[in-house]
Amino acid sequence: MLTFAVVTPGLDLQSSFLELLEGLGLSQGLAQLLWLPLPMLTVLVAAVVGVLVNVWLERKISAAVQQRIGPEYAGALGVLQPMADGLKLLFKEDIIPAKADGLLFTLGPVLVLVPVILSWLVVPFGQNLLISNVGVGVFLWIALSSIQPIGLLMSGYSSNNKYSLLGGLRAAAQSISYEIPLALSVLAIVMMSNSLSTVDIVNQQTGAGILSWNIWRQPVGFLIFWICALAECERLPFDLPEAEEELVAGYQTEYSGMKFALFYLGSYINLVLSALLVSVLYLGGWSFPIPVEWLAHLIGQSVEAPLVQVITGSLGIVMTVLKAYLLVFFAILLRWTVPRVRIDQLLDLGWKFLLPVALVNLLITAALKLAFPAAFGG
Amino acid sequence: MTIASTTELICFLVLSTTLVLGSLGVVLLPNIVYSAFLLGGVFLSVAGLYLLLNASFVAAAQVLVYVGAVNVLILFAIMLVNKKETLAAIPGLALRRLLSAAVCLGLFGLLLRVAFTTNWALPGPLPVGEEATVRIGEHLFSDYLLPFELASVLLLMAMIGAIVLARRDVFSSDVITGEPVDQGLIEKARTPLLLEQRALEKTP
Repeated sequence: MLTFAVVTPGLDLQSSFLELLEGLGLSQGLAQLLWLPLPMLTVLVAAVVGVLVNVWLERKISAAVQQRIGPEYAGALGVLQPMADGLKLLFKEDIIPAKADGLLFTLGPVLVLVPVILSWLVVPFGQNLLISNVGVGVFLWIALSSIQPIGLLMSGYSSNNKYSLLGGLRAAAQSISYEIPLALSVLAIVMMSNSLSTVDIVNQQTGAGILSWNIWRQPVGFLIFWICALAECERLPFDLPEAEEELVAGYQTEYSGMKFALFYLGSYINLVLSALLVSVLYLGGWSFPIPVEWLAHLIGQSVEAPLVQVITGSLGIVMTVLKAYLLVFFAILLRWTVPRVRIDQLLDLGWKFLLPVALVNLLITAALKLAFPAAFGG
Repeated sequence: MTIASTTELICFLVLSTTLVLGSLGVVLLPNIVYSAFLLGGVFLSVAGLYLLLNASFVAAAQVLVYVGAVNVLILFAIMLVNKKETLAAIPGLALRRLLSAAVCLGLFGLLLRVAFTTNWALPGPLPVGEEATVRIGEHLFSDYLLPFELASVLLLMAMIGAIVLARRDVFSSDVITGEPVDQGLIEKARTPLLLEQRALEKTP
């Protein structure tokens, strides 16, 4: 079903690991079985650590924006604060309201979190550094992210609270409206790289370093994608589903303890995931601003040399994470800078502005691809 | 039996069980909200079956269209009009249920007969795997172009119909009943409520 890391020249952890185990006298099937959970666990841990970093950044940057100091006693510069937050949520009493629908109430947060984590399946950190190079790549992410509104509607409905129901309905309306321009801007990228696979999309952007990144060829698509990704993550200019002043906390109102933590985790994992995907689709993914091949050539080393491969592999991970966190920084800065839009403004922006612009962007990309096949991936 | 085929068998059994039980729940549960959520589960397990058949593009499309769009819209509609009202009892409910059960069982028997009498080619055609996306695209733009375009025309008609129905204010009379529409209800005055109250208080 899932094919793990296609064999290509270059760093391939899977085949090395399998060879090592088979060298120790284990059968091939058993070695494969031992390998299977490793990338998944690594990515899961990476996602959770990413969330912790994100929470810390949010607290520190918001403090800086408002000229406060922010957390500073838990660890150096307050780096342990997110851990303390998480532990607090873990020890809180798990409450299910008396008139709520217990089953749906429990299932809601799970349905919100699981698709987001599953989407990490297609995020590449290097040529072979992803869980699965599935052919449908970004399409899988779009499909999975469309499951989330069901979880939101479920928790909004089952809480038996009018604020929750309104929040759930708003969340569903919002994610349906912004999914379409999002998918259309992804489609323009897919058209340029002739593939849905995230690895192929990044490979299409290598060659001339920073100049070959998609952001120069798809500036409008980049903006549309980023706006829609923020709306899908319910970040502040678009955080109507949980608007404190109107809806208390939207669909999260009745939640506490670990179930609330699942929503919290889900929204932050989603933010990191969106930032990672922006960096993959528009900012060249794991590629360095200057092509690594040139650098290796400059110091007289072959790209195939083992040490160079390890260095370029680590550089790739660092670049992906760096780009993603730069975008997260912008998202946090946006959150503490701009006011919230009204629901009618939100839907107007989605349907009357972003959707037509995304369609025109797609058509122009198609025309440019026909006119200049060399520059726009013929 | 290898690990891969065991996993496949377990996945198939789990997916089929959720599919059958879920669909029974959709039809038989009295609570319409539960039915709608179960419908989502049914669509998801169908997508899982597609994935088992190596049709990952179809699986993703199934999730996007049926779970992400159709089911969310159904839920949306249910939650917007979820009024607690006691429906009037239908006469002869037991007889109606018996009749519909008989019809359903008949259809099920017919399908079973087809499934058992057809000479299925085993093993089926080789799955194309990742290449399927390209294959589907080629078909949609060559021999399936007309059905594809007809489907989009149908969607356009549905969209225009929905807009006409939703924007009643463009008509002077109601489309269905023929009564004149009270335009005042649709075009509300924009003065905030409190201002009006204050104005009323000032002019006793």
